Amino acid sequence: MALSTTESNQLVSSDQVSQNAAGSTFAEVDDREREIPAIEFRDVLLAFDDRIILNKLSFKVSKGETKIILGGSGGGKSTIIKLVLGLLKPDAGRVLVDGEDITDYNEAQMVSVRKKIGMVFQEGALFDSLSVYDNVAYRLHEQGRPEEEVEQEVRRMLRFVSLEDAIDKMPSELSGGMRRRVGIARALIGDPKIVLFDEPTAGLDPPTARTICELAMKLRDLEDVSSIFVTHEMNNLDYLCAEYAVVNEEGQVVFEREGERLCLINTKVMMMKEGHIIFSGTDERLRHAEDPYIQKFLRGR
Amino acid sequence: MNVVTRAIFELQETTLMAARAARGLIRGPRYFSETIAQMDVIGVGSLTIILLTGFFTGGVLAVQTYPTLAYWGQQGQTGRLVAVSLVRELGPVLTALMVTGRVGSAIAAELGSMTVSQQIDAMRALGTDPIRKLVAPRLLALLVSLPLLTVLADCVGIAGGAFAATSLYGLSMNEFFTSARDGISADDIIGGVIKPTVFALIIGTIACYKGLNTDGGTVGVGRATTRAVVTASIVVIISDFFLARALQYLLGMPAN
Repeated sequence: MALSTTESNQLVSSDQVSQNAAGSTFAEVDDREREIPAIEFRDVLLAFDDRIILNKLSFKVSKGETKIILGGSGGGKSTIIKLVLGLLKPDAGRVLVDGEDITDYNEAQMVSVRKKIGMVFQEGALFDSLSVYDNVAYRLHEQGRPEEEVEQEVRRMLRFVSLEDAIDKMPSELSGGMRRRVGIARALIGDPKIVLFDEPTAGLDPPTARTICELAMKLRDLEDVSSIFVTHEMNNLDYLCAEYAVVNEEGQVVFEREGERLCLINTKVMMMKEGHIIFSGTDERLRHAEDPYIQKFLRGR
Repeated sequence: MNVVTRAIFELQETTLMAARAARGLIRGPRYFSETIAQMDVIGVGSLTIILLTGFFTGGVLAVQTYPTLAYWGQQGQTGRLVAVSLVRELGPVLTALMVTGRVGSAIAAELGSMTVSQQIDAMRALGTDPIRKLVAPRLLALLVSLPLLTVLADCVGIAGGAFAATSLYGLSMNEFFTSARDGISADDIIGGVIKPTVFALIIGTIACYKGLNTDGGTVGVGRATTRAVVTASIVVIISDFFLARALQYLLGMPAN
């Protein structure tokens, strides 16, 4: 089910995009604000009992950048995301979100930080007792927004993931891919500038997985969202590192491949193994890396 | 962690959780509709089993004690015996155990499956404190419902005792209720309401704590539920002993 793009126009009109694009070339480079990384880890150490999960991890995610975190199961990938959200606290080191040191924040202080962040969970993690509408509206309901405004926002978000028809369904009536997309809509409500994806395509059929990657690309290229995309599926890497979303002359979102003259630099890959970063850089460099673990990961043997 | 360290650690964590829930009730955001919904599930939902348990417990008390009392020629005191044992002991404890089985298990299983399916994490990520949203309403609903259920169980139990004594042994209704009224003091009734309040706190905190600390997938949910019911039941029975003694100390030794 390819996103045939008409529905996404509600999110960004073509005028807006061209203005953003024109503005981005020089103005953004001068903007000091953009130099502050969206997410930064400084020597983060985390251990459960005797087992070290993350060993002195340091990395940055710049504004507007997508960081793909690859690695085998149990390598500490999902833990990174939980640290960003403050669901876990590191044993040592600092975690910064938008330049703000959140390491010692308590639950009450984390509330304002979490407002900036959208999180897409592995299996969607929808609230079983609430309808799709109430799930997506959850954050706005908690903030006590007026119902009219909430409904408008919820419909806009469900259109973005092309699931407006499912608005009154319960999560148990949805397929795996639909649950994942409702999860994305719920994460994106309130237009967070940082979105975290925790294996969003695991267990989905290839076309649905592609749809999810396209959503991530639209966020990156049209909405200037910074994100961490945890995955262990190589086709996610192929889509996210080699394609980009643009709005064509008819005002529709289309996906184009990078070519001879254009190379995507807003997507970086980081590979994890047993709590260490064993690779960090572009996908081109990853494919030429000589590390036997990386080669095995890429080829599957 | 060895068993003792673990028990102390869990006691600390449960207490901290209850304190946070209490803070959530005092300072907002409060979840009124959630609390009302929980009162419906916990209170109204438990009504049938509590009424049945109460009625038949009162009945069996009369059935078992009447012959003994008759041996001493004191069969007129059946009402007093049934009423006192129900109001002081059996009403609070049996109601608490029934509610543990029905509500404690449901709370642990619900919060447990929310934990393993990452719904609790999602809730926190969306800016809601699960202790305020999930624990506080359940605790408050239990604190309100359990004493009410206990009073109902006491009343129905005395009625059950009266039914058994009059229909099976031919005791007069008047004799039964006169001795029952003479037997119960105001202190008994106060103690009979304090006990379920404490039990509600025990059941609620243990069930919520076990649910929120579930790990290990669906098997873990089953394990958490079992642990919640077993731990809460044992703690209710043990604390009942100490509560009974403390109430004797606070309210004075009962005259009969």
